[in-house]
Amino acid sequence: MQDTSFVQLFPEQASTVAWQVDALYGYLILVSLVFSIPIIVAMFYFSIRYREREKYATPREIHGSMVLETLWSIIPFFVSMSVFITGAIVYFNQYTPPDDSMDIYVVGKQWMWKFQHQTGQREINDLHVPVGRNVRLVMTTEDVIHSFYVPAFRTKADVVPGRYTYAWFNATKPGKYHLFCTEYCGLNHSGMIGTVYVMSPGDYDNWLSGNAGSETPVQVGKDLFENKLGCASCHAGGPQQRGAKLEGLFNTEVHLVGGGTAIADEDYIRNSILNPASQVVEGYQPIMPTFKGQVTEEQLNGLVAYIKSLSPNAAAAPAAPAAKKPDEKAPEAKAPEKAPAKK
Amino acid sequence: METVGAIETGSYGSAKLNYLNNGSTLRSWLLTKDHKRIAIMYLISVSVFFLMGGLYAATIRLELLTPASDLLETGTYNKVFTQHGILMVFFFLIPSIPAVLGNFLIPIMIGAKDLALPRINLLSLYIYWIGGAITLWALMQGGVDTGWTFYTPYSTTFSNTYVLAVGVGIFINGFSSILTGVNFLVTIHTMRAPGMTWFRLPLFVWAHYAVSLIFVLGTPVVAITLLLVAIERVAHVGIFDPALGGDPILFQHMFWFYSHPAVYIMVLPGMGIVSELIANFARKRIFGYEFVAFSSIGLAVFGFLVWGHHLFVSGQSMYASLVFSFLTMVVAIPSAIKMFNWTATLYQGSISFDTPMLYGLSFMGLFLIGGFTGLYLGALGLDVHLTDTYFVIGHFHYVMVGGQVIAYLGGLHYWWPKITGKMYSEFWGRVSVMLIFVGFNLTFFPQLILGYLGMPRRYAAYPPEFQVLNIFSTAGASVLGVGLTMPLFYLIHSLIKGKPAPANPWLLPGLEWRTSSPPPTENFDEPPVVTWEVYDFGDESGLDFETAKREAAAVNA
Repeated sequence: MQDTSFVQLFPEQASTVAWQVDALYGYLILVSLVFSIPIIVAMFYFSIRYREREKYATPREIHGSMVLETLWSIIPFFVSMSVFITGAIVYFNQYTPPDDSMDIYVVGKQWMWKFQHQTGQREINDLHVPVGRNVRLVMTTEDVIHSFYVPAFRTKADVVPGRYTYAWFNATKPGKYHLFCTEYCGLNHSGMIGTVYVMSPGDYDNWLSGNAGSETPVQVGKDLFENKLGCASCHAGGPQQRGAKLEGLFNTEVHLVGGGTAIADEDYIRNSILNPASQVVEGYQPIMPTFKGQVTEEQLNGLVAYIKSLSPNAAAAPAAPAAKKPDEKAPEAKAPEKAPAKK
Repeated sequence: METVGAIETGSYGSAKLNYLNNGSTLRSWLLTKDHKRIAIMYLISVSVFFLMGGLYAATIRLELLTPASDLLETGTYNKVFTQHGILMVFFFLIPSIPAVLGNFLIPIMIGAKDLALPRINLLSLYIYWIGGAITLWALMQGGVDTGWTFYTPYSTTFSNTYVLAVGVGIFINGFSSILTGVNFLVTIHTMRAPGMTWFRLPLFVWAHYAVSLIFVLGTPVVAITLLLVAIERVAHVGIFDPALGGDPILFQHMFWFYSHPAVYIMVLPGMGIVSELIANFARKRIFGYEFVAFSSIGLAVFGFLVWGHHLFVSGQSMYASLVFSFLTMVVAIPSAIKMFNWTATLYQGSISFDTPMLYGLSFMGLFLIGGFTGLYLGALGLDVHLTDTYFVIGHFHYVMVGGQVIAYLGGLHYWWPKITGKMYSEFWGRVSVMLIFVGFNLTFFPQLILGYLGMPRRYAAYPPEFQVLNIFSTAGASVLGVGLTMPLFYLIHSLIKGKPAPANPWLLPGLEWRTSSPPPTENFDEPPVVTWEVYDFGDESGLDFETAKREAAAVNA
């Protein structure tokens, strides 16, 4: 925050999309001025020029003008369409993470942010990232809705219980940046703030080695999969297995019992663990028990990371902030009635 | 011309029997079926809620004077902003213009002797009182801290405050809106005086027709939503809470399906008033009458199709966001049409700058900012940065306060002589509107800048670099507070000491000015027959120009 002016008007630009948002803002300010100034000038001019000179005068009656009405409907329409299109382009850039992103898991909780790095480091309210790298956030929450917002990156995404949502950024400038929760989450909402530390590659490496993590998410997941939860007894991949084979599964399309398909992304895997009956893959019986209540959000992240690691060739994520294909919504919507095992 | 109800500017109405002195017992008020008396009771009630909501607003601005949460504890602050929102939205803004001015004026403006369903009108007042009483009871018991939006699962599972009681209060209050809406629709369809064709309706009536559509079609949805919240909270049926198998985003869809159209409830009546003010104080037929009328209906209809623009960052499908952003851009057009037509109405007019007109012009300036900032928020990529920041707070206050409250005050001043039969102090009226305009901008413009800088809404404490702009905002709020309090004094003073109002103080053609001030219980001594066009300021209108001009000259001499 090196800005020392009395009143700051623009926030710092520190990500690759920041300039796009600022350009859009500039365009809208221009549009507002181009329309407002003539209206205000006309209001003042008419008010002075046509002020009352004689009490109860009857000015000439004017009913209207079809030409003018058409003009001031069509011109604003085209201008608003230009705003719509540029806004949509920026939006897709903001929410489409590049394929080579490094993933960081984010878990919101009243009133803190918890981060898990792929390399095993864990942080609370502080997030260290390298400059110039594409970082994708895979986010969920243990309780209510939160929202991940870094003004300097011009990025924001709600964090919703019961599913993953995604955000991404590529930080362009080393420094310290505010992280805010922007969805009201109860008593200490305004205290649910943190700091994003953007570091040069060298500093970042030092930080990584100085904060040797415990287990990486993949290791956590592997341990749960093979030992603690016993997933491997059904999902180890042999031909006689009762559970679906998971190698090479990630980001492929699966066919579900009862028709319909789904992309096996993070949210699908998560939902299959918590509500297995809601999206049974064709050829399998709905016999998998739910693991709801038995795994924490962080352990779930581990399981997801492990299952992802079984598909080394899969790209990151196909689409963005929890943008679901329409046909994927249908099976998930049935979840409530088919998940009775909740006590 | 033998027009019934033609003007007698010289006649002072207060001596004869009117709706105010026709019965003075408490019973004659509480059991009245007269839409005008019901409107007065609404006026007093919404003023009480406005005052309370205003005190909460003052508390918020005081707390935000410093970065730390020092004046109030965080939990108290959360309750204060929640209750500010709930009282202002549900108990002031939504009923303000329709239930007070609409109730009073629609029958008179269309030449009817009452609303079509007078008992239902009284019932809707009682429902409003019951809903309001339950809500106030809940606030006194300890209040609620969910934000006025009641987002789940916080509201259903996590909040330990009086969510249910407040929900019940708002649920009940909703029926008051529905009944008022039905009543207006039936009245406008069936009770118009002979000669009062649809295109002779004042635009105030058109705006209320549009608002009534939203009342009737939208309010049931928020009632259902609140009912589902109650069911989930009490019976733990999974509807919105993912822990129970529900979907929290479903709540947001259902809530905004009502609450976005409700935004139009909170601005359309204001636009109706401004159309009246601009036309009447420029003494000009409104430019493009049909376009202004149908743009109200357009706003009401399209207003139902844009709710998803509140969910651009909430995890809704990106393709859904695209559609909602497109429709949001389309809904900007009817508002633009209104702005252009109001401006064009001033052209070649004979414009006087009495207090109500100053409110009308203030509205135009403020709604310009309110409308444009809406475009910023409808633009997808920009909304990601701006949503849930102070930019949103600034935007909707420009629309709701700069729009609806300003228009409401403008309308209250405009029709005050008619409603009360008294003239208020023009000097103090002008002073207060200036203070309100300056104070308002000083309060809310800095919030737009704060929002772009990234200051989140609903924060009891904030990083210190946001303080300077917050000080501006609080300073503006104190000016605004003074400006808004002044009418309370000079309007009440006018009731006691004010000069009696003539039937038609500005020599205007609307039907409401063709009956005495205050009007008799039946509104007109003889049922009117309309032979003139709307906003006709010429000889065809049947107005007595000669007498009026002679009297004006005598006053000046």
